[in-house]
Amino acid sequence: MSAVGHSPPPFFKRGPAPLAQLIFFVTLAIALLFIDLRFHTLEWVRFGVATVVWPVQRLAGMPVEAAGETAQYFSSLATLQAENAAYKKKQLATANQLLRQEYLELENKRLRALLDMRASQPAVGRVAEILYAARDPFSRRVIVDKGLQAGIEAGQAVIDDIGVIGQVTRTFPLTSEVTLLTDKDQAIPVEVQRNGLRAVLNGTGAGMMELRFLAANADVKPGDVLVTSGIDGVYLAGLPVARVSSIDRDNSYAFARIYCDPLAGVERHGQVLVLGKREDLPPPPEEVASDKDKSTKGKKFKKRLRP
Amino acid sequence: MIQPTHSSRRILLPARSWFIWLSLSLALLLNLIPFGRLPGVPDWVALVLAFWCVHQPLRIGMGSAFMLGLLMDIVDSSVMGQHALAYVPLAFAASGLSRRILWFPLAHQALHVLPMLLGAQIVMVVARMIGGGEFPGLLYFLSSFIAAGIWYPLTYLLLLPQYRPVERDENRPI
Repeated sequence: MSAVGHSPPPFFKRGPAPLAQLIFFVTLAIALLFIDLRFHTLEWVRFGVATVVWPVQRLAGMPVEAAGETAQYFSSLATLQAENAAYKKKQLATANQLLRQEYLELENKRLRALLDMRASQPAVGRVAEILYAARDPFSRRVIVDKGLQAGIEAGQAVIDDIGVIGQVTRTFPLTSEVTLLTDKDQAIPVEVQRNGLRAVLNGTGAGMMELRFLAANADVKPGDVLVTSGIDGVYLAGLPVARVSSIDRDNSYAFARIYCDPLAGVERHGQVLVLGKREDLPPPPEEVASDKDKSTKGKKFKKRLRP
Repeated sequence: MIQPTHSSRRILLPARSWFIWLSLSLALLLNLIPFGRLPGVPDWVALVLAFWCVHQPLRIGMGSAFMLGLLMDIVDSSVMGQHALAYVPLAFAASGLSRRILWFPLAHQALHVLPMLLGAQIVMVVARMIGGGEFPGLLYFLSSFIAAGIWYPLTYLLLLPQYRPVERDENRPI
């Protein structure tokens, strides 16, 4: 298929044939896809270009921001007053806990010292604002307005006023990218608040989450609250994550299908808190099992050799 | 038999390179507007790229499509190579079919462009689903239909600089 309908005379330079170009560029694109998905070695290119186009990106974001601000400006006085009243009520309701928290924390510290346990780590964090949701429709990510310059690192947990919303996955100088919990296959270790049953919660996309690999008769009920278990070394323990919405105990599967709804405003906009890096956990015990495996394998091999 | 002709075609001025690249960068800027997950927002870069591939197949081709695709991948925070993989076949089809497409009136041209844009979207969905992404829902494909609907005003807008007369007349506005 040439541009003018018939093959060009040889004295016009046209470059390689279209089909050859197509195959070349498609192969290149597939190679890039593979490298980025498997090895994540192209982050430096992304970092460089994203830094250069950042001002343009902000410029493009302005109309949406302006629209949001205008809407906020015209939100009537009555709504604001109602909101204010609701907040005051909530503050009063939680005042009891808040006022006693310092006392309880001190008590907790003393008790932990008494029992010779590691002190639970205090939460420190940076307030950031969600700028916009990333345009990529295949994943659930948001961009927040604090980046490397504010000391944000990839891997930090992000929470809002109700619970965990996600984890920082990429940082740029002035912004960073937060992968939400509802992103497909984004995992978070949790435990059931009621009985301390540990499990891993995975995002399934479409604003839902799923508790995987729990036996069909596991002690989980609809309405159970899941909190972070903290054994991963990333999330602090005890942060609310999700509530179990429905359970499908089908005996034909080995595991129960447990669907959960996120507690925090995972898909909403507003202020979030980027929690500081946790202190490193003690190193995991050496893998003895693999050594044993090797030795037994060797024995088997020898046994097989003998006859 | 008389050949069916749809309209008299004006002889256009040659397209200027800076205008082509200006329109492509404006499309990129429009694509940067963070609409989030709002369905039906057209992929402006794909649309303008298809336009120039149809109208100027000797200037804008698969190389430009590949570069634009890489840029889109970075600003869109998607996987590297995803848009590039979709735009290159789009450019191939658009420049290959350009002589055929230009023969048709604008509405029929839009019908030719629609499957190309849809194809580009399907390529992206397949590439990401293999890579472990979530299915964005059928409404995701709405943007191609809206983009094809914009073909008519877009053609008018992007050909406007080429409609100017060769010699300027002080008494005539355009």
